Amino acid sequence: MSDIIELLINLGFFAFLLGLGYFVGSAVEKKHLAHLTKREAELKDIAVSNLRTLPPNWTATDARLVAGVCVIATDYFKTIASSLRNLFGGRVRSLETLVERSRRQAVIRMLEEARAAGANVVWNVRIDTMTIGNTKGKPSAVEVLASGTAFRVE
Amino acid sequence: MKLVNTETIPGHPILEVKGLVQGSTVRAKHVGRDIAASFKNLVGGELKGYTELLIESRREATERMIGQARELGANAVVNVRFATSSVTTGAAELYAYGTAVVVS
Repeated sequence: MSDIIELLINLGFFAFLLGLGYFVGSAVEKKHLAHLTKREAELKDIAVSNLRTLPPNWTATDARLVAGVCVIATDYFKTIASSLRNLFGGRVRSLETLVERSRRQAVIRMLEEARAAGANVVWNVRIDTMTIGNTKGKPSAVEVLASGTAFRVE
Repeated sequence: MKLVNTETIPGHPILEVKGLVQGSTVRAKHVGRDIAASFKNLVGGELKGYTELLIESRREATERMIGQARELGANAVVNVRFATSSVTTGAAELYAYGTAVVVS
């Protein structure tokens, strides 16, 4: 009897964490995506490219390195959903949005640094991704570093 | 000291190449931050503590790279690249490298 109660408590705790991860996690994600869309629209006038050289007819001044970092954690639901995915294979949509959010946020921070420096062009953008705090081979957080060269082009 | 990640600096032709310069730093996560992060892993969201950690690491690695470039007598570093790796669980390495040059 006590075994069954213990099992139920464990299951209840698991369901609670899963529910918490799902509801709070999706609310956080939705809010963050809306924030990203808004910031991207505000920074739209900065020209961004990963080309290595500027068009020859542009006269650029004030070259400087700019970078942006973002670390985003997975939620409990995503962790469980991705480990279930590992059984069957296929697209892990819940982790795709996580990586996307980190990348967009890091690029936005890089552009904000460029804007603060008075630049209107960011060229040769590089985006590096890694996972930190790996436990048992599962990513618990995605870290993105975006860097580029900011210029002032008249 | 000018830093760019393009191969040339528009308006400042490269006069002399001084060679490869690099800087790296390995930072461990803070226990307090680790505990906060494990709670964040339930609900998701940005790990501000880790973001700050990486900003500090990047600054430190860049400073070390600039120090090397100064020693070589360069006044700019072109083609700067950043690389990151997790050395062990809980520690992150940030590595910055570039080419030290003298520009006009």
